Amino acid sequence: MEENKRIIKDCKVVIIGGSAGSLQVLLQILPFIENPISFAIVIVVHRKQSDEQTLEALLALKSQVKVIDVEDKVALKPGFIYIAPSNYHLLFEKEKTLSLDTSEKINYSRPTIDVSFESAAEIYGSALVGILLSGSNSDGTIGMKAIQNAGGITVVQNPVSAEMSFMPNNAILHTQPDYVLNTEEILAFIKEINPD
Amino acid sequence: MIEDIELEALINDVYEYYGFDFGSYSRASLKRRVSRVFYLDGFKHFHEFLSKVRTDPEYCKRMIDEITVNVTEMFRDPSFYMTLRKDILPLLGTKPFIRIWHAGCSTGEEVYSMAIMLKELGLLHKSILYATDINAAVLETAKSGIFPLRMIKDYADNYRDSGGQEDFSDYYIANYGYAKFSEDLSEKMVFSQHNLVSDTSFNEFDLILCRNVLIYFDNNLQKRVVNLFDDSLAVLGFLALGTKETIKYSISPTKYKQFEREKIWRKIKE
Repeated sequence: MEENKRIIKDCKVVIIGGSAGSLQVLLQILPFIENPISFAIVIVVHRKQSDEQTLEALLALKSQVKVIDVEDKVALKPGFIYIAPSNYHLLFEKEKTLSLDTSEKINYSRPTIDVSFESAAEIYGSALVGILLSGSNSDGTIGMKAIQNAGGITVVQNPVSAEMSFMPNNAILHTQPDYVLNTEEILAFIKEINPD
Repeated sequence: MIEDIELEALINDVYEYYGFDFGSYSRASLKRRVSRVFYLDGFKHFHEFLSKVRTDPEYCKRMIDEITVNVTEMFRDPSFYMTLRKDILPLLGTKPFIRIWHAGCSTGEEVYSMAIMLKELGLLHKSILYATDINAAVLETAKSGIFPLRMIKDYADNYRDSGGQEDFSDYYIANYGYAKFSEDLSEKMVFSQHNLVSDTSFNEFDLILCRNVLIYFDNNLQKRVVNLFDDSLAVLGFLALGTKETIKYSISPTKYKQFEREKIWRKIKE
């Protein structure tokens, strides 16, 4: 989608959502993002309740950018990666902190991509980039719409390159994402955010 | 989603008309919860909703019951319960009497989990379990000890993963889609309404559990509540929070010592 390529500046948060098949994509992107980054990366993926810390540990090991273990009311600062803990919804507060919520599962999930995307859109508006990866349910589409309505940029993984194409396909069908990119392109896209 | 200004108007009115103070609740979650009730109850305009809350105390009560999060389970986070069973409760067991407070107990699943462990450790007879919540409706469920049967398989798994070795089904009778837990377990429980925002300390405890409640409060209110727990905790008593909660922003770190890597802190001085 070279034709509508534009420079993204003043981005404060990049939020990435995914489900089945998204871990491999994250592992092809996050380790190649170089320090320092001028925005925060927040990751919301569906995961097993029993998977307490393995995703954090794996990404912390692989990534150059420091991974923060999200606890309630942790400050959201540029330069770090934050991962939504299992079994909580992840929300964004005006005070630029992250908060947690154990309310009912939505789309059979907790965390839910829609909930975090909507909440991030409300606080960060046009300073937000939302990226939706592989997955086999419809979570994320409502959240992508919310990001667009608030003036943020949306990116969907090219369904052809996704292990599970339902989630990206559903988002493309119901929203008009700014970009549809394969894995390498997503990496290049993130690297070009907030150029000096 | 409702607007920020509407949420603030609601918070104001609920405080002014009924004395319940939601002013220090975390806004992101509260806004979602209020929006949920607003749409669930079929309102179209916020002023209608607001006027209903103002003029109908029964409706206001329902609204408050609906906005407070009451999702809980038995033996939630099995490794936490394993630590209680293996380390904390045996330590408390050396005392002649064990006083436990479940603050924000919701429908009581954690209180029954505690009673099961105390019973298996031979400590239930000398324990007392205070269980409190802001929400009167959930306390009625907690008192009854009746939980949906569809959850029981997960609870039995959690029980086993937390070190339980008995037959979990011995603790309840299944009927009409519900599991009723044995009254032997609830004998030592005292249920009462208590609001962490405005009420004070009412006893001294050896163990206070308040799991996934502080996440709904802002930093100031968290501070107040942790200090309320401090006032209610005997020296060498334990405070247990949810797996993503911390006391580190709320109280002097020299007063409490964290127990290994669990979200359990021991009060080491007055």
